[in-house]
Amino acid sequence: MAVSERTVLQFGPSSATASLTAKVNPLVIFNICDCFVRRPDQAERVIGTLLGSVLPDGTVDIRNSYVVPHNEFSDQVALDIEYHHTMLKSHLKVNPQEAIVGWFSTGLGVTGGSALIHEFYSREVSNPVHLTVDTSFGSGEGTIKAYVSVNLSLGDRPLAAQFQEIPVDLRMIEAERVGFDILKTTAVDKLPSDMEGMEVLMERLLSLINDVYKYVDDVVEGRVAPDNCIGILISESVASLPKLSPPVFDKLINDNLQDQLLLVYLSSITRTQLSLAEKLNTAAQLP
Amino acid sequence: MANTMARSFLQAVATEEVATPLRVVQIEGLVILKIIKHCKEFSPALVTGQLLGLDVGSVLEVTNCFPFPIQEEDEEIEADGANYQLEMMRCLREVNVDNNTVGWYQSTMLGCFQTVELIETFMNYQENIRRCVCIIYDPSRSNQGALALKALKLSDSFMDLYRNNNFTGEKLREKNLSWVDIFEEIPIKVSNSALISAFMTELEPDTPVTQGDYDRLQLSTNPFLERNMEFLIECMDDLSMEQQKFQFFYRSQSRQQAQQQAWLQKRRDENKARKAAGEEPLPEEDPANPIFKPIPEPPRLESFLITNRIANYCNQINGVTGQSFNRLYLTKALHDN
Repeated sequence: MAVSERTVLQFGPSSATASLTAKVNPLVIFNICDCFVRRPDQAERVIGTLLGSVLPDGTVDIRNSYVVPHNEFSDQVALDIEYHHTMLKSHLKVNPQEAIVGWFSTGLGVTGGSALIHEFYSREVSNPVHLTVDTSFGSGEGTIKAYVSVNLSLGDRPLAAQFQEIPVDLRMIEAERVGFDILKTTAVDKLPSDMEGMEVLMERLLSLINDVYKYVDDVVEGRVAPDNCIGILISESVASLPKLSPPVFDKLINDNLQDQLLLVYLSSITRTQLSLAEKLNTAAQLP
Repeated sequence: MANTMARSFLQAVATEEVATPLRVVQIEGLVILKIIKHCKEFSPALVTGQLLGLDVGSVLEVTNCFPFPIQEEDEEIEADGANYQLEMMRCLREVNVDNNTVGWYQSTMLGCFQTVELIETFMNYQENIRRCVCIIYDPSRSNQGALALKALKLSDSFMDLYRNNNFTGEKLREKNLSWVDIFEEIPIKVSNSALISAFMTELEPDTPVTQGDYDRLQLSTNPFLERNMEFLIECMDDLSMEQQKFQFFYRSQSRQQAQQQAWLQKRRDENKARKAAGEEPLPEEDPANPIFKPIPEPPRLESFLITNRIANYCNQINGVTGQSFNRLYLTKALHDN
């Protein structure tokens, strides 16, 4: 009985991979793209190491990456392991918290050589993540996928590794802070200043409010079929404004305004003082 | 023929020497993200890293960068750091990254980056590379929705003075150099490869509101302003200290002059007496006398830098309060509606 149980074809630890997701920092995508653009002449794709950490809830947080030179023949892959190790050492010096979590490759999906490279990374870290970035836009869109390998074994003998896709979280908090306007286009002449940013923001807010107005008017006049979900959301956002009596609100705003005005006054008086001091300092003639 | 060719080549080289001034720093989006990541992860500790890129005419292209490990005051580790730098450069060259140093980046807290160390680092870099920039990133300001990235360089006239150590009041007047002229800010351009642009468009559809917008709408700027004011007050104290030094210097100098005059007067009277007595007059100068020793002028650099910092704080306060006004009026309008 026990013997027959061992010879059953089984997939490796599948419970561990069930809850696994990968979170990718936009920097990684940027880096991979940059590497791909700078790849050697004859290379079809670039591969490299992913750095990051595994969060307590099982999410693999991919925060950094570096490319590793490699050569690919028909069914052989030669990876510059020495390069990989020096680079890893350098990266660890800067940020010891970022360990190897997997590897990336450009191209769509998994190819033949991938199993070999994956095996190599399995020796560096248990259960590495394989990230593929389709830089050729072959399917008309840039597909980014992450895989983990699941061991397929017959009894004790490992037969093969199967790549199982895991969900990728590409939320770009970092990138959002920089602003898509800067990252999306190929050239931006000038960074937006504080005030310009504010202006754009106001315009956007105004158009959003106008949209809401228009929607509500349309619903009231029966031009658009009412949607309860949207109605609830609108009433919620209106209700989220704190209800203050006008005098209290006025006082709040005015106090704040006074504070800010005071600061502006102070800073301009300081500036005047500075230019005065400078004149006196350099104008004072030495004998 | 060959001769003229050679000469024209020489001429070409000679004209090349008169470099066009640096007008724009062009940064890749990748570099911006790398800098933000590095500076933010280690905030509030201040970190630095190296910028790599190309120098093309009046544009300095920054195409990659790598961070430096946090420095410790230890010689062995310092040598280690230099090793790290070489290793990293070698590794990056192997994967076809431009390995030409064009400057460095560093993070700052509320913009108090104008220090003597910065100038010294700059001079060090400047010795090796003709054109270099320093990119300053302020993580604390970025929480308000602004991309606080600045490219700086030292002005040529300041570098001349600093190199020759001529930082005296007289020279400053001669060159007409004031505190505004120490640093030059260079406009930043951002560029991305077409591939990245495609990916970003693919991954992020146009959202009406971004995180940066939320940050910008934050009403509570008070902690930021408070800290700004604290730093400002500190700087004012420093500045008044420096000015006291100057006052002291002027006062002692005028006292010395008075002493010199008195001494001279005495010597002249004495000489007159000696002449009347038919003796040789004594010389009218006496280098051995301590009152003729010139009093060293206090260094001006520090007060210049402090002034720069104060101006910076003032600018920040103005900027932030300007934004707050907008926000307050916006809130008011919303509330009235």
